[in-house]
Amino acid sequence: MIYKSLTELGTALAARKISSVELSRLFLERIRRLNPLLNAFITVDEEKTLAAAKIADERLAAGDAHPLTGIPLAQKDIFCAQGWKTTCGSKMLENFTAPYDATVVERLEREAGMVSLGKANMDEFAMGSSNETSCFGPVSNPWDTTRVPGGSSGGSAAAVAAYLAPAATGTDTGGSIRQPAALCGLTGIKPTYGLVSRYGMIAFASSLDQGGVIAHRAEDCALVLSAMTGFDAKDSTSLDRPAEDHARNLEAPLKGLRIGLPKEFFGEGANAEVMAAVEAAIGQYRKLGAETVEVTLPNSRLAVPAYYVIAPAEASSNLSRFDGVRYGYRAPEYADLTDMYKKSRSQGFGAEVKRRILIGTYVLSHGYYDAYYLQAQRIRRLIAGDFAEAFKVCDVLLGPTSPTTAFKQGEKSADPVEMYLSDIYTIAVNLAGLPGLSLPCGFDAQGLPIGLQLIGNYFEEARILNAAHGFQQATDWHVRQPAMAA
Amino acid sequence: MSLTLSEVQRIAHLARLEIDEAGAETARRQLNDIFRLIETMQAVNTQGVEPMAHAQDVHQRLREDQVTHTDADGALRDRCLVNAPEAEAGLYLVPKVIE
Repeated sequence: MIYKSLTELGTALAARKISSVELSRLFLERIRRLNPLLNAFITVDEEKTLAAAKIADERLAAGDAHPLTGIPLAQKDIFCAQGWKTTCGSKMLENFTAPYDATVVERLEREAGMVSLGKANMDEFAMGSSNETSCFGPVSNPWDTTRVPGGSSGGSAAAVAAYLAPAATGTDTGGSIRQPAALCGLTGIKPTYGLVSRYGMIAFASSLDQGGVIAHRAEDCALVLSAMTGFDAKDSTSLDRPAEDHARNLEAPLKGLRIGLPKEFFGEGANAEVMAAVEAAIGQYRKLGAETVEVTLPNSRLAVPAYYVIAPAEASSNLSRFDGVRYGYRAPEYADLTDMYKKSRSQGFGAEVKRRILIGTYVLSHGYYDAYYLQAQRIRRLIAGDFAEAFKVCDVLLGPTSPTTAFKQGEKSADPVEMYLSDIYTIAVNLAGLPGLSLPCGFDAQGLPIGLQLIGNYFEEARILNAAHGFQQATDWHVRQPAMAA
Repeated sequence: MSLTLSEVQRIAHLARLEIDEAGAETARRQLNDIFRLIETMQAVNTQGVEPMAHAQDVHQRLREDQVTHTDADGALRDRCLVNAPEAEAGLYLVPKVIE
């Protein structure tokens, strides 16, 4: 049962072949057994989960169910869920109990009736690409527990890869859904900026942050995404568009699909095994009738530098709210108010978060604003313009998600710049605000999963999900299981 | 560009962070590495390019200024105050700031 797709789970629940309580118990039992090896969850509360499952069963019995009602999921611990500890992976929020629900939680749990299995581990304030910056300890990759699951949604990815949850929410500011999905052999989608409400989603870089889904299949992602997206007056950047069924196009044939291959994604940068798997995937797409065309994104090499100005600038501003007064950590000893701010923030934030606050404070400070912040925003427009040009001649863009497979824990944690470069293929997508997806396309010689990235034009979630689903109908990379999943 | 230790301390103060001497040296070295990466964008001619602040060209929505939520029984206030490091009688407590 635990290996089934969300559609199959929904059908089994609707036919009352299994109850949501029984299904939730299956996953809770796996969490109890395997989470000690993975550290994928920060908070598990069986009582809360089973109470929600019982309500879902009542809805199913009353015939008042949504297709996702009763299906369990893991919530990234960046989403406020009323009554649940919501830590964002930080000591700063170690004892924070959310007073209200994020819109994502309200839609998925209260409206669609999905059942939360708990709060998934993550890099502190979503700043990281390896899940090593969490104050609750690193997460292990189910394919090799000495390796990282990627980040920042590393707990979400590890939980799904080890079948501790059939799907999980994530957020993606520079690759935080797609990169862990790639490193854990999963499908993950970050939609167009503005589709998923940011209300109740703890802010990192507000012009880039976007919620999304990690699951095994494109089909699973499409179902959950459809329940998550839609206008929300509580988020000032939410786009006022009609509700959409992102699964509507899944079964469309791929014949004639024009796939753009950005030449910058096929130069030096990624390792040979990753590129070989990506090339093989291109061959598979051609077999399915897709056409390929070479395109160019000439400014994509500037994405990482521009991002490390814009994201820290927004973060330094967003994280100024943590002052030890209204919520969050307060230092036990201090001399006066300023000292209380300084000591609370210095003791409550981890090293990577402080590093980014310092970068952001500097690039926004007097005399540097134009040279750094405005220059980065101008480059952001050039990058978005490159994508607009490319989409004149193709429907989707394809390339690797990450330059490597899962790396060893500790391998990159001493060198921030090296860590930042693990997102070279994902960051430009956030700067432009486009939808991006990662799906499994093979394994390296060590048996570690390789991810393929598909990028769509604005609001083309249904198209990239269709391209991913078509590939998954012809391949089985997405249903391969790590040994620990058995 | 290369940051000095006193610049690192000045930025830390602006950000209301406290760094000891050893920490400042590590931060200086790492920030300089990061700024070397960032500076690759400095050479690009962006004259005439409009800065892009946001992924979508949207404007702030305005609405009527009216009450949309009440908390008559104080339940939401209580759920919020539960997270305050120090609170009393429905108020947040901070160290004395006025003599």
